[in-house]
Amino acid sequence: MNNKRLLIALLGSLLLAVPGHATSLLITNGTVFTGDDAPPSQLDILIEDGLIEAVASDLTAAEADHVIDAAGRPVTPALFAGITAVGLSEIGMVYEAVDSRLKGLYTGLMHPEFDVRKAYNPLSNVVPVTRIEGYGYTLLAAAFGDRTISGQGSLVRLDGGFDSFEGNTTIFVNVDGYTGDKVGGSRAAHWMLLETAFSSLTTKQGNGLWLTHNEHPLINQIGKATLKNARENGMFVFRANRAGDILQALAFSQQHQLNAVISGGQEAWIVREALAASRMPVVINALDNLPGSFDGLGARLDNAALLHAAGVAVLFTSGETHNARKLRQVAGNAVANGLPYEVALAAMTSLPAEIFGGKPRMVAPGLQADVVIWSGDPLDVGSAADQVIINGKLDPMTSRQTELLKRYLPTDAGLGRAYINP
Amino acid sequence: MRNLICVLVTLLISVAARAQPEAFPSTYAAPAGQPVLFKNATILTGDGHRLDQTDLYIAEGQIQWVGEGVIAPGATKVDASGQWITPGLIDVHSHLGVYPSPGVAAHSDGNEATAPVTAEVWAEHSVWPQDPGFSRALAGGVTAMQILPGSANLFGGRGVTLKNVPSISYQGMKFPGAPHGLKMACGENPKRVYGGRTQAPSTRMGNVAAYRSAWIRAQRYQADWDRYNQAVKDAAEAVADDSSGASVASALLTNTPPRRNLELDTLAGALRGDILVHMHCYRADEMLTILDMAKEFGYRVGTFHHGVEAYKIADELAANDVCGALWADWWGFKIEAYDGIQENIALVDRPAGGCAIVHSDSDEGIQRLNQEAAKAMLRGNRAGLNIPPERAIRWITYNAAKSLGVHQQTGSIESGKMADVVLWNQNPFSVYAKPLQVYIDGVLRYEQNNPSLSPQSDFELGQLIGAAQ
Repeated sequence: MNNKRLLIALLGSLLLAVPGHATSLLITNGTVFTGDDAPPSQLDILIEDGLIEAVASDLTAAEADHVIDAAGRPVTPALFAGITAVGLSEIGMVYEAVDSRLKGLYTGLMHPEFDVRKAYNPLSNVVPVTRIEGYGYTLLAAAFGDRTISGQGSLVRLDGGFDSFEGNTTIFVNVDGYTGDKVGGSRAAHWMLLETAFSSLTTKQGNGLWLTHNEHPLINQIGKATLKNARENGMFVFRANRAGDILQALAFSQQHQLNAVISGGQEAWIVREALAASRMPVVINALDNLPGSFDGLGARLDNAALLHAAGVAVLFTSGETHNARKLRQVAGNAVANGLPYEVALAAMTSLPAEIFGGKPRMVAPGLQADVVIWSGDPLDVGSAADQVIINGKLDPMTSRQTELLKRYLPTDAGLGRAYINP
Repeated sequence: MRNLICVLVTLLISVAARAQPEAFPSTYAAPAGQPVLFKNATILTGDGHRLDQTDLYIAEGQIQWVGEGVIAPGATKVDASGQWITPGLIDVHSHLGVYPSPGVAAHSDGNEATAPVTAEVWAEHSVWPQDPGFSRALAGGVTAMQILPGSANLFGGRGVTLKNVPSISYQGMKFPGAPHGLKMACGENPKRVYGGRTQAPSTRMGNVAAYRSAWIRAQRYQADWDRYNQAVKDAAEAVADDSSGASVASALLTNTPPRRNLELDTLAGALRGDILVHMHCYRADEMLTILDMAKEFGYRVGTFHHGVEAYKIADELAANDVCGALWADWWGFKIEAYDGIQENIALVDRPAGGCAIVHSDSDEGIQRLNQEAAKAMLRGNRAGLNIPPERAIRWITYNAAKSLGVHQQTGSIESGKMADVVLWNQNPFSVYAKPLQVYIDGVLRYEQNNPSLSPQSDFELGQLIGAAQ
């Protein structure tokens, strides 16, 4: 054996020895929640080359390079982290490190073409901080700024890839009172502008920009193309809390045949029959129970339970980016206030992917192997992710925060904490 | 002449004695509560103990006994088998009432952001008692809380400790006998607010210079009052000793009372220890600077609030008997919060004498202090620190009471203390745990699924008429 071949052989064995590079992985004795709203069952999961190969109750260790005994612990698909700016906002108030919103660039009143995916940074500390808590994907959003349409985003898989985007292009639209104040002083102005913009998609306006004013074009050609495309193949997220605003969004979506979702939805329970009839999903923060504004006088803790009982699909978001990991606590509180457990778990795993057009997120053969082994109930505050598996690989379960802990956990600092480098 | 002097001295003494009568005193008085015997509960006492299958008896507003004892005829008996009892939860950092719901601009009453030193303002004068957040916090088991000014200023003003009872006035909520707090702030906020106006402070060194200048003024103010009070005392003694009229007159003539100054009243109160210092501070190095400054001026820092880096100086905090009122997992919203870790609370709790507190600073978090504590407990246990529920409950009960200076009255299940008690449907360290009943001074103030014991603010009354139920 020459040196080169020896080196390759050594590297090969090293790779095999590193858990993250195991080509096949068997999880045994899991209490497996497959991601639909069915009760769990005791199953083994075989993972090969990033995909789930088999899910059965009798798989043997001989079939895998690496075996993890789940010992009855819950296993779920990796969770959805909500609508966030993970990878877009390194530190909330360090504005040069925040790229989630468009503001102060007055080249037009609407920029649906503003695409936050261009600014996504998978090496942000927030990505592993979120992932090691059991989260596999999020809906990357153009945060509301000072206009009716914030821009576009999509699902992104939190695997550290630079282009791990999935699903439909999603346009973020604000139609609430808070942003209404910024577009002329009335939420009705949102509908005025939206109607104008959407009617421009179908009427002949020549080949130039469609202008409301010389200095303030409403929307440019690229923006129009973005809207047209999203109407055909994409999604629209309407941020609205007041019952009346939600109904307006419903009517607008029907009129323009949009594939749409409500986010916020504090008063969605009031119009739940209409939402159910039009099969409009609602993304809520299940902790909202205060009249924080006059748009949310009806906020209540059993919003999720009422919506579900009426047949509305409910998803969750916390409004947090750095603490997006809190979302499973949000879902747990929805369960504590009447939402069936398995429904909440589906809302945290498979349902967001289904709604926003991502890859299926279930524990089932042939699907991507993004799964989590939990220390206990994944929706309870008394448990945590023991092991995250993304793309079939064991996550090292480290973030800048785990490294800080390792530095400060020892009681003896020796020469100083700066010398403790985990 | 002699008589005249006597009258003058008497007058002077009475002026001195009345120099600072209690302003805006509490008008809270608990109504008579029904005696209640809880049978077979799991009790977390709040000061570190767990008692299984234990009885608890409350009557006349107080905890009468834990374990065994006599009960009044007609006492209500509650079968608490499988249920848990804790002291009423206490939040040391809330802005309910000063940043109430709905959060409209005209309700923004928490930061007197017009000057960096506003020790003269009192948060209670901003409290809107109709904030719906109070009743939500009650449903989460919170029986007392400190309402603080915000952190725009170096000295933000006085905080007030309230009992979580509905009232038309904040006076009707004021915790009788609780000391005031003094809110101070380190770091980014004051320097951003004032630096942004090209005004001092615009840097951290500017922050420290301005604190010290204010303390120097407060020391002088205190010295003026000390000298005056001593002279009054000397004069009184001279009269009593039948000294010559001349020396009494001299004592009087040289001592007109110093002019009262609201700002310096507060600062001097903090120097004396009558007002407890609550310091908003994130970074470890800044907290150490503040501890040195406290030594320079001879005052105590009671509690660092937020302290996202408190885990880096847990030993120093314990050695100085300073509490850390912290979040379970909030981080990253600004650069001084960049080093947040979920083990912060558990690490501050670790040293002997450590005083860890879970605080909310949030109208959502205050409703779920038990869940926030559960997360912190979990992280401590996963780091190998072995924290059972009876230890973690201290973070939202006894330690919080200590931080507010009311630990003699409340914060633990102990005979003679206020009957501030929560009955939980299960172990409170769970997302599924809910208070079944909440007692304040022995009065049942909240009961789950009982509309007649679920208080509602005036603001919420009659809203959304016509909405489908």
